[in-house]
Parts: sequence; C-alpha cells; structure tokens
Amino acid sequence: MAQRIDVNDMNIYYGDFLAVEGVSMTIDPKSVTAFIGPSGCGKTTFLRTLNRMHEVTPGARVEGSVELEGVDLYGDDIDPVAVRRNIGMVFQRPNPFPTMSIRDNVLAGVKLNNRKMSKSDQDELVEGSLRGANLWNEVKDRLEKPGSGLSGGQQQRLCIARTIAVKPQVVLMDEPCSALDPISTLAIEDLIQELKKDFTIVIVTHNMQQAARVSDRTAFFNIAGTGKPGRLIEMNDTATIFSSPAEKATEDYVSGRFG
Amino acid sequence: MTTTDSPQRPARPGGHAERAPARRRRRGTTERGFNRVFRWIATGAGAFILAILAAVALFLLVRAWPALTASEDELSDAVGRIPEGTSLLEFVGPLIFGTLLAALLALALATPVAMGIGLFISHYAPPRLAQVLGYLVDLLAAIPSVVYGLWGFLVLAPVLRPVWFWLGDNLGWFPLFAGQVSATGKVLATVSVVLAVMILPIITAVSREVFLQTPKLHEEAALALGATRWEVIRVAVLPFGRSGVISAAMLGLGRALGETMAVLMIISPGFLVYSLEILAASQHNTIAAYIALDFAEASGLAVNALIATGLALFLITMAVNMTARAIVARRKEFSGAN
Repeated sequence: MAQRIDVNDMNIYYGDFLAVEGVSMTIDPKSVTAFIGPSGCGKTTFLRTLNRMHEVTPGARVEGSVELEGVDLYGDDIDPVAVRRNIGMVFQRPNPFPTMSIRDNVLAGVKLNNRKMSKSDQDELVEGSLRGANLWNEVKDRLEKPGSGLSGGQQQRLCIARTIAVKPQVVLMDEPCSALDPISTLAIEDLIQELKKDFTIVIVTHNMQQAARVSDRTAFFNIAGTGKPGRLIEMNDTATIFSSPAEKATEDYVSGRFG
Repeated sequence: MTTTDSPQRPARPGGHAERAPARRRRRGTTERGFNRVFRWIATGAGAFILAILAAVALFLLVRAWPALTASEDELSDAVGRIPEGTSLLEFVGPLIFGTLLAALLALALATPVAMGIGLFISHYAPPRLAQVLGYLVDLLAAIPSVVYGLWGFLVLAPVLRPVWFWLGDNLGWFPLFAGQVSATGKVLATVSVVLAVMILPIITAVSREVFLQTPKLHEEAALALGATRWEVIRVAVLPFGRSGVISAAMLGLGRALGETMAVLMIISPGFLVYSLEILAASQHNTIAAYIALDFAEASGLAVNALIATGLALFLITMAVNMTARAIVARRKEFSGAN
C-alpha cells in the first residue's frame, strides 16, 4: 500500500509558459516528503503532476516522466483516472461534497470504483476510514448529516478519510492545514504520522516548522524571479535541510532571511 | 473614513474627529444621500412588484366574480361553448387539465435535452464551439411565438404525423398513445413538441450557467478520487446544479403554461373532455389558447367567464412557482450554500 515515486527531468508548462523546470527526485515509500519554498515557486504545480491533476487545467502539459514503482504515469497506455485512484490528493481548502452526508462522502470514491458493496462492508469501510482519519469519535453519531456542517478541521479530516477509503498507494497533500487553526493543524499533523505507516505521503507546506515536524525528507523549491521557471534547489533529510543545507538559498530560506 | 457613518458617530478619541474638515463631512452626507436614494429605489422596486401582482389578482377576481356566481343557465346562455346543465368548473376543468398536460409533456421533453446541451457546453465542448452553441441556443429564444406556430402548423405537424401513427400502432396500449390517431397531426403531442422547443433556450441557458458555477474545488475532489468526466458530473456538477436546474425547469414550465399563439395555431381544439389521448384530434385545449380563440367575439358574462378561466391559469402558475421554491428549499442544508 505504499510505493516509491521516481521523477526524471520534469518540465511543466501552462501553455507556452514553463512553470517548473528540470525536476528529478525520488520519493521513498512509507515516508513523509515535504515540499517547501516561496509562493509561486511551483511546489503545488509539481505536486499536481504526480497524480496527473495538472493536466486538468486547459493548456497544461509536462515533459519528463513520473514512475510509480517503475511504471511511467505519463505512458501512452496509462489512464489518468487510474493514476488518480492510486495516488490520492487532499486539497488546500477542505472540500467535502456538500450534497452528501458524512458517510456518503467517505464512500464517494469507493462507489465510483466499485459499485457493488454490501451494507456491512460499507459500514466497516466508513468506520475504518474515519478512524484512520481520527474523526470517528467526533462524527459516529451523525454519519447521515451533511459533511459541510463540520468544522474546517473536521472537514479536512473527512477529506483525508475519503481519500484513504479508496486505499491509494500515495497521498498527496497540498497545504492541508493552511485554512485551519493551530489545534486542527496539530490534529492533522498527528494524523500524518499515523498515515505514513501505510502510505507514501507528499505534503506541500508554507509552514517550515510544519515541514520540520512532520517530514522525513524535505525538498526546497525556488524561483529566480517573476516569469522564470521554478526549480528544485535541494532535497535531503529534513534534519539536514534545516541544520546544514548544501545550498546558500536553502539556508537563507529556512533561517527566515527571505521568503 | 469616507463611509456613511462619520457625521453621526460621536467624536472618536485621538482628536481625529474634531479636526474632520468640512469637505469630508459634505462628501459623507452626499454618500448618505445616495444610500438613501438607492434604498428607496430598491424598496420601491420590490413594492412595485407586489403591487402589480396584487393589482392583477384583484382585476382577475373582480372581473371573474360575475361568472363565478352566475347560475348554470345564465352561463350556458351567455357562452355558446357551455352546454346546458354544465357548471363553470366542469367547463374550466378540462382546460386546466389540457394546459397542464401540454406543459408537463413539453417540460419532460425539454429538460433532459436542455441539461444535455448545458453539460455539453459547460464540460465537454471545446471553448470556441461552446460559445457558438450557446449563442445559437439563445437565438432560439428570439424567435416569435407566431413563427413557432406557423412552423408547427406547416412543417412539424406533417413531419410528426407518421411518428404519431407509428406510436399509435405499436404503443397503443399506453394510455397517452391510445385512441384514434389524428390524420392531420394537429394534436396535443405536436403542441408539446413545439412548446418543448420554445422552452429549451431558457432551461438550457440557466442550466449552463449553473453548471459553469460548480466550484472547481468540488470537481477536483471528484477527479482526485479517480472519477471519470461523467462521474465528476454525477458527483459534483449535478448535485450542485440541482436546485438551479429545477428553477430553470420551472421558468420553462411557466412559459409553456402561458404560451398562447403557438398552441392556438396548431391544435384542433376540444372541450369538456378529460382525455389522455394526446395523438387524437379535438381532445384538448389550453386556457391561454381558449381565451385567445373566444375573446374577440365575447361580450357580457362571456367575458367574465373567460377572465375566470384566466384566473385559474394565474393560480396554477403561482402554485407551480411555489412548489418549485419548496422543492429547492427542502434540501437546503445539503445544497452547498453553507
């Protein structure tokens, strides 16, 4: 349930605009990898290419390859829908389906993938996923209420439950705590530590303390100036990045001298 | 600081208010003046709508009253179409039925097509094609109803005739297709098709707008779970657009209920029967078409009877709109508005 990702020389475009240039990296299974860097440096753009969400934007395209356990996700015979079933995503703002109950939100992905499922299997999956997202105790008495009635932090954990319910290999998180208060943030960070036992986790964050707290490895992205492409400057163990980075730019950023 | 409240507020600490120059105060009062004027305009517009509605209702009620209170004999003497011993309700009932039947059939035909076009424009078509298509659909709304009537009478009725015969021969057991199929094609089924085309633009335009407003967030949530394009529509777009589509359908239904000219020109009218046989001649009429048909030659109590029929249409339309609102409001907590 956790697989390794190899990225080779990725160039990412919006139309003619080169947004991210020449990224190569390896993401280890059952680990947390954090992407940090200033706004507009292409962290989120790069994250979205890992499950082919990038190409949903009109005119967006990529060059290079992303391999999940050796299989190129951009291969000719690969269906992006299948890629996204294997690589789940949690977004910046909590986005439970507003017309669905909490229970249906958790089951949404499974119902897409596999229509036939007994009621008891569904109940089991709902409980398991909500427990996995540390939300079960808070919502077990109101599973039929709309998901949009929960607090922001609960909604985000509901989205995580929805994502892990389809049992992906990898979970991508795009600044999952940026819309949440510190208590909810803490809850999500604890959850990430739990989740990495089963999943490969990639998280984009603006919050360097968060990267330092939750991740095993950290990748620093930077941009030379407006209109220039973002690049991967350095990637290493989180402890190394925050104590003795190899690049001057990384040191300036993590020590708060810019960004 | 330049907002409306500065002149009225007590002086704030820090000496700022004491030094407030005269110019600022003047601008403050001017803006307050605009505010007040705008509030009057807005309130006035709201009240105006209510006043018009009340005036129309009052007019219908007052002018319909003589017919509502007249005896059966008086009515049948005044109105040639009402045979002796028939009450006003027995006469108007089939008209109400015909109106609803034609409008509902039109709605049933138009809504799926309109949603399909709306979804195609919003989620499938390449941008340029979507624009052209949207424009063409809007053009349909610009065609006058007399032209629709001519088209239905001269073109559609002959074209649909073999279709109606086929339906009558093969699906005659179905109540709607039972009875003697009309040889002219000028039947309620043809009317419904024309009405469906007429209400298509409004339903399409509103659904398209609603579908386009689906939050990107919800669509991406579905995509990230491994949804295909159709599944994104099913999980994110349609639930979000549901109340909007219902409103759109009700707008269309309102137009179909009140449509006069096209119906009048196409249908071969029938009175005093409740009939489901939409392929048979002289079985139905709609209220609006009936009023237009008879109004020119009516006088005295007959006019009051026609207005009473109009009152029935007014009440139906109002009931339809209220039902639509109730449907939209019922699942508000699931609507995404919160």
